[in-house]
This record gives sequence, C-alpha cells and structure tokens, in this order.
Amino acid sequence: MTSYLLETLKTRFPAAVLETHAFRGDETAVVKKEAWKEVAAYLKDELGFDLLLDLTAADYLPREPRFELVCHFYSTKHNYRLRLKCPVPAGDASADTLTGLWPGADWFEREAWDMFGITFAGHPDLRRLLMYDGFEGHPLRKDYPLKKRQPRLPHRD
Amino acid sequence: MDRKNPDLPKNWELEKLEDGRLVLNMGPSHPAMHGIVRILLTVDGERVTDADAEIGYLHRGFEKTCENVTWNQCVPYTDRLNYVSPFINNVGFALAVEKLMGIETPARCQYIRVIMSEISRITDHLTCLGANAMELSAFTVYFYLINAREALYRLGDSAAGGRVTPAYTRVGGLTRDLPPDFKRDAAEALASVRRNVADAEKMLTRNRIFHDRLRGTGAISKEEALGMSFTGPALRSTGVPLDVRKATPYLVYDRFDFDIPVGSNGDNYDRYLVRLEEIRQSARIIEQALAQLPDGPVNHPAYDVILPPKPEVYNSIEGLMAHFKLTFEGVKPPAGEVYQAVEGGNGEVGFYLVSDGSGRPWRLRLRPPCFPLTAGLPKLIKGGYIADIVATFGQINMIGGELER
Amino acid sequence: MGLETLFGHSYLTTRLDEAVNWARKYSFFNYPFVTACCGMEFMSTFASTYDISRFGAEYPRFSPRQADVLFVVGTVNEKLAPVLKRVYDQMCEPKWVVSFGVCATSGGFYDNYATVQGVDRIIPVDIYIPGCPPRPEAVLDALIKLQEKVSKESVLDRKYR
Repeated sequence: MTSYLLETLKTRFPAAVLETHAFRGDETAVVKKEAWKEVAAYLKDELGFDLLLDLTAADYLPREPRFELVCHFYSTKHNYRLRLKCPVPAGDASADTLTGLWPGADWFEREAWDMFGITFAGHPDLRRLLMYDGFEGHPLRKDYPLKKRQPRLPHRD
Repeated sequence: MDRKNPDLPKNWELEKLEDGRLVLNMGPSHPAMHGIVRILLTVDGERVTDADAEIGYLHRGFEKTCENVTWNQCVPYTDRLNYVSPFINNVGFALAVEKLMGIETPARCQYIRVIMSEISRITDHLTCLGANAMELSAFTVYFYLINAREALYRLGDSAAGGRVTPAYTRVGGLTRDLPPDFKRDAAEALASVRRNVADAEKMLTRNRIFHDRLRGTGAISKEEALGMSFTGPALRSTGVPLDVRKATPYLVYDRFDFDIPVGSNGDNYDRYLVRLEEIRQSARIIEQALAQLPDGPVNHPAYDVILPPKPEVYNSIEGLMAHFKLTFEGVKPPAGEVYQAVEGGNGEVGFYLVSDGSGRPWRLRLRPPCFPLTAGLPKLIKGGYIADIVATFGQINMIGGELER
Repeated sequence: MGLETLFGHSYLTTRLDEAVNWARKYSFFNYPFVTACCGMEFMSTFASTYDISRFGAEYPRFSPRQADVLFVVGTVNEKLAPVLKRVYDQMCEPKWVVSFGVCATSGGFYDNYATVQGVDRIIPVDIYIPGCPPRPEAVLDALIKLQEKVSKESVLDRKYR
C-alpha cells in the first residue's frame, strides 16, 4: 500500500525509516530511535502535524527491542492522522524528549516513564506521575505482576 | 524544610519561602476538587505565581487489568473511565475492536450508538456546568441541571439497564435493542433537558457574578492550546473548530445536520457557552437519529463475534459451541494495531489497541482527553487569583477515572 | 470524657441517650470523600429528585472537624490511602463511616497493584453500601440503617480517644 505521506517520509529519511504500513487505514511509520526527534520536528514544521494527540509505549517482552514508543499525530490544517513509532531496546530504554516541540508531551512522557521506565533525554522534570514516591518498578511492564501491591500504609487485619 | 511526619509526601505542610511567598496545598480532598487532584500553589497574597498539579489518586490500573481479561470483559472497565459519559467510552472501545477485526455493525446498531453517545454527551456537559455553577455558589442551577440529567439517566437505564455504568456495547453489537417506548420517553427527556437548560441559562449567562468570575479567567491562546494537545470544548473555545464527529466521521454522524460551536477568547466563559450550545446540538442529533432509526438486527450476524440467541444455544450443538468458545476464549481479532478516536465530552477519546491474535488485548491504551487539559491547568491558573482556580478547574471538567485510569 | 458518663448505667443515662441520639441521627453533617464514579450517584442522591434532606443529612461539611459521617465514595488506591486515614483521624468523635459502593467496600472488580481492597483495611467502617455504583435508593436505605444504628448507641459506649 502506497501513501503520499509515507513515501515522503521514506524519501526524506531513507536511513531512519525502518518500516511503514497502513493496517486498517492507520498510516504508520517506524523510525530509528536516533531519528525520533528529528522526524517529529519534520512532521511538525514541514508537514503541518500541529497536534500531538497521544504519546505512549508498549512492552513486547520476549522480543528484542523490547519496548516501542507510539505517537499519534493529527494535522488540523490537512485533517490527517499519522502514527509514528520507534523501537526502544531494554538495555538502553531512553529516547529524546518531544517537549521542545510540543509542550503537551510533558505529562505523556512522564507517564511513559512511570509506567514503562523509559527515560526521555532532555525532559525538564521527569518524575513519577501516577504512582507515588517509593513505588518500585514500572507497573505496565509485562514482567510486573498484576497484583503486586506496595502499600504506603500498613493495612488493618 | 524540616518535615514533621516522614510518612507524608513532600510539601504536605504549609511552607513559607524566602521571599515571603507561601506554598499552599489545594487538595487532594478539597470541596472544589470534584475528583481528586492535588495542586501545589505558590501564592503571593491572593495571586498564584506558580502552580503544579499532582495526579494519580485514582489510578486503578485500568490498562494493566484489561491486558488480563477478554476483549468483551473490558467493556465494563471502559464505563468507569469517563463515568460522566459512559456510553461514549463503550462505543469508542467497541468501534476500535471492530476496526481491528475489520467488521461493521448493522445500521440500526450504529444509530443506537449515536443516540446513546449523544445522551452521554449531554449528561457530561450538564454535570460539568451544574457542578461548576454550584462551586461558584449558584446552587439552584445545580438542581435544575441535575434534574435534567436524571431524566437522561432514566432513559439510559431503560435501554441499557444501568444509570451510570451501562456497559451497553459489545464487540459487534449491543447487549439489547431499545425498549418499545423509547422514542416517546426520549422526547419527554429531551423536553426536560431543554426546559432545565433554558432555566439555567437565564440564571447564568447574563448573571453579573457568574460573568465576572468566568470572563477572562483561565484563558489560553489557540497556538498554546494546540501545543498542549487540548481537544474538545477547551480547544474549540479558542476558535479551532476541531470535532472528531465532523473531521473524521465515525458511525453515521455524516448523516446528521448539526453545528460545531466555537469560541474566540479561550477563557472559561467561552468554554461555558460552547458546552451550553453543544447540549442543544446533541439534542438535535438525537431527534434526527430517532426519526431516521432503521429497523433490523442490532448485532453482527457472525457467531464468532457475537453470542448466538438463546434458543440456538439450547437447541443446537453449533450454537452451544459458539457460545462456549466466545464466553471462554472471547473474540479473536487478528494480530495488529489500530487507533480509533471518538469525540467525548472533553475531547478526543482514542483507543490504541494492540492484538497478538489471542483472546486478550496485548496492549490497551486510552488517550484520555482531560489528561492534557489537567497538564495545562498550571498554565491556565498561573497569574490569576486563588478564587479563579475553582472556576477554571470546573470548566476543565477533570474526570479522575479517565485522567488516571 | 464528658460529664454524661458520671451517671453510669442509670435512668438518667438512658433518657439522655434517647435525646442525644434523636438529635444526632436527624442531623448528620457528612464529609463527602468523593473519588470516583460513585460520586455521580452521590450527586443524584443530594439533588432534588431523591432529596437526602428528607433524612436530615443534606449538609456537606468539607472540613473533617465539623463532620459526623465520612462518606467514602469510590475507589481508594494505595496513593490515596494516607489521605483518607488523615481525614478520618481529623474527624471528632462521635463519627461514623459509610463505605459507598463496591470499590470502597472490597475493591470491586479492581484487583490489581494500585487499589486498596476495601477501605476497612485503612479505617473502621459502619455501613457498607453495595452496588457499582449504588442506586440512590440504596444510599437512602443505608442512611436509614445508619440512623437505626445510631439510635441504639449509648453515651457510655464510645471511648472518647
């Protein structure tokens, strides 16, 4: 399946784009981690994707690279959507921050750090967002047990 | 600072800075914080000079839990995301799984989903405006709007069997068809909504106190709102006419005639006006959908998607096996990933699903619309008065269930 | 600690109980500790259709020091548990706790790393309301049950800590 947008990306970043697909109509580009920020900046400045809808991660445990960062963009000018992904290996679970391009990425990246333990280089304030200080581990990782609780207060009974 | 109780989080106690400013806690349990969020304020007299929001007090592990249940068992969990507009989450999730499977539901089902989504949108806006008015001490309005909401809760109850948490959709259909008197009841409920909203509007829109407290507070520009990933009424109040129902129509929204209200100042008053108008537009959509509502089945015909009817389960081995397999293993979408967006009460509700081909989601991610709004809250309240926080927080319409999941 | 305990188990005490309990049970000041979905039904119960003021409990006090009844409305997670404990500790005796909805009662269908499996692991609870969320009728029923419970108490029962 060919799409003008994905072809443009492939021509512009021949070395960085690892794969493109459009499963069920969702156009997706997978890029190398090193080019993550560069491609995002190109999307914003040249292609008009002004709205960062969502930034999250996924854990594919036995696979290597283990994590994947997933971003959904929307262009209000062209009424167009794009998904951008980048694989993140477990040994070096970090990526460049997008907060310089979209300030709204701040909390999304904090959540990704909290839930998956992926750090973002250059993030202004990378703290836990949903869990509390003293919580060990990252709950959305596949190897975190579903019912492993870390209470802050001793429970009665 | 010397902390008196080491068990408590940092900055729990009132703190005085070197330059005379105070660090003040607002929340987590605070009368104006419907929902639980903690705002750390640095105040200079009555002025807020710095702010930071802390969330997570209602984190219930939605995404992790859903990875451990079948696709249809996720539906009740989606109710409790944005519990003010549960049908929209139900519909968004069902649409996402159907997109993943590449199936489409019958026309009647799509119309019913539209009707239910719009009912939810109205209840969402009624609750937001009612609570906001109450916090700004217009208590009567709260009663008017909650009465209107009550009429809609009864309507939803008659169709889905639940007032707040209906779990109405299934992958490939609905739990049941509409009850026989639904059209008449809906007309009555909408009349009640219109009457109560008109009453509330008379008391609020040109009310000097309400006007003074909302106009100009919590303002944000168009560019900043886009940069902060705002969607929904908060973005539309700045003048960006982005609504998923118009931009990328799902279900049968392209068959209805409705308007997208936009504001121009991006402040609390514009958000209020946008919400008020959206209630009317949603009522219009419901009326059109009820008039066009086709007859026919509500469920997808294939028995590997939807449970077979009971007579077939009891009387034929194929029906029994289909029922058994679907109950124990669940629907099995092919491996892949999709993102499906619907327009929720607060903005774009997006479901990002990853399937590995088994009966359970590998990854289920909700794009919560009030997450960026709450992230932008410090920006909105900085520079204003402490009292403006109440107005701004009410118009942000933070819903804990969806914010923290 | 009050003077009322001086009478011991006597005629005066039972008369005093009746008067005090009558006053207490029809004038609950409640503290709504609203966290989640149940808050929607809590709002409905307080609005005009169901009208909790018929039972004298319509007045929410958002200061724990002025409240008698703590309504724990919705899911409590591990992060919130110290907050709830602190609110409870700040309330003056006599105080009662209503666990509103199944999440507050037992954790409900949230059984994972984040949630507390019932607020009775944090604070003592007097009345549990089942339902996810409970309908307003169930809330009113629980309120009547709480009134019955209060009417059976004696001023000698409470240990004023």
